[in-house]
Amino acid sequence: MSIYRAHILFPIDEGTIQSGVFEIKRELEEKIEEQNLNKEIKVLETGTIGVIGKGVIIVIYPDNVTYYNVNKTNLDNIIQEHIIKGRIAKRVEHSTEKYISGKKGYQNVGLTREQQRIVLDKCWKIDPESIDEVLAAGGYRGVEKIFSESISPESVIEEIKNSGLRGRGGAGFPTGLKWSFTRAAKGEEKFMICNADEGEPGTFKDRLIMEGDPHKLVEAMIIAGYAVGAIKGYIYIRGEYELSIKRIQKAIDQALEYNLLGKNILETDFSFDLEIKKGAGAYVCGEETALIDSIEGKRGYPRIKPPYPANKGLW
Amino acid sequence: MSREEILKKYDQTSDNLLAILHDIQDSKDEHYLTKEDLKKVSDYLGLTYSFVHGVVTFYSMFSLKPRGKNIIRVCQSPPCHLMGSTTISKELIKILGIKFGETTEDGLFTLEITSCLGVCGVAPAIMINDQVFGNLNTDRLYEVIEEKRRVK
Repeated sequence: MSIYRAHILFPIDEGTIQSGVFEIKRELEEKIEEQNLNKEIKVLETGTIGVIGKGVIIVIYPDNVTYYNVNKTNLDNIIQEHIIKGRIAKRVEHSTEKYISGKKGYQNVGLTREQQRIVLDKCWKIDPESIDEVLAAGGYRGVEKIFSESISPESVIEEIKNSGLRGRGGAGFPTGLKWSFTRAAKGEEKFMICNADEGEPGTFKDRLIMEGDPHKLVEAMIIAGYAVGAIKGYIYIRGEYELSIKRIQKAIDQALEYNLLGKNILETDFSFDLEIKKGAGAYVCGEETALIDSIEGKRGYPRIKPPYPANKGLW
Repeated sequence: MSREEILKKYDQTSDNLLAILHDIQDSKDEHYLTKEDLKKVSDYLGLTYSFVHGVVTFYSMFSLKPRGKNIIRVCQSPPCHLMGSTTISKELIKILGIKFGETTEDGLFTLEITSCLGVCGVAPAIMINDQVFGNLNTDRLYEVIEEKRRVK
């Protein structure tokens, strides 16, 4: 494996796609080829950086410099100044760790100043389609910890309870409590369902996780599946989210290859499978019981509760 | 891929119904399901024809009518509405000469509505097949449609 001198990252989200990020990327790759730098520079696609409305954005590592509004005209300048001469292309709007074109960097402005990214921490630092990068960046440590230290499912649930983690469905139901219900529920076969059928206007966040760091979701499903004693997990994704489906499928395939999923995970007794269920355009299927009906291949009608899905759900 | 090949890919359990219908629909240029398809699928999975018909009509991504090569889905959520999706809808109706739910005579476009596409950052947005176009205004819309017409 060769070691690259620099990595150029292209965050892919709706804002950058609309500004023609793929065209710019192709152009950059051609230029790197021309300069014979393709052994030194690696170009990657990553998840969103969280800045929208700034056109095409590129991030250059190891310098950690972000350029905004990149287009065909100023791309040359960036290559000449930053990549060849190794200094910041000051004529292009940019930010480093500390400042943005003389002003403060976006990391230090407004809401983002006090933000500490937990779920999206790796989101724009890795290639979402490569499990090796995820592992190097600290992914799957939770799974590793549980199985290497043989932590019992009860302790996992206890840990989640103590963490105070709550659901994001509006009611803020404590996650640890929910898991303990399912663990205690009768029945031999238990299933774990991930609801990624988001359709509420203006509140999309599942997609950012699935497209930016799909392995995080896979890891979380493994841990949750282990804690509640499930044999299989389903991820229900909207039919409109083609890219999310593609990336999650890839993540599942890679995890299977590394024995993080499937039979006897990491040579333990625990086996767990994951399957994607693709929705077909029904807003109501975001409701948990309607979603369960949809997974079963029926019309997505909500059921009467109780019994709650934590006790009686799929099949 | 033919219908039989698609069916063979899946186990004969009813939870595969949506996936099978998706695959059959995607394998056709006209993006729709025939009565024959529904019959074959219901036989394969051991379901009744009426059940499969019910499922197909429930989900908006399935169609029983032939559709155009390009399916245009206009986002109907509030953020897009505020940013002018009504204008976009009117303009689309004018350019294509069809109403929502209809297909152009040349079989190139079908116009549909959809719930939030999750791209509110670039509202108003439309989705053509699996590609999203955002930050639309009348001029940009003309460009997009013209380009799709030219590709054929």
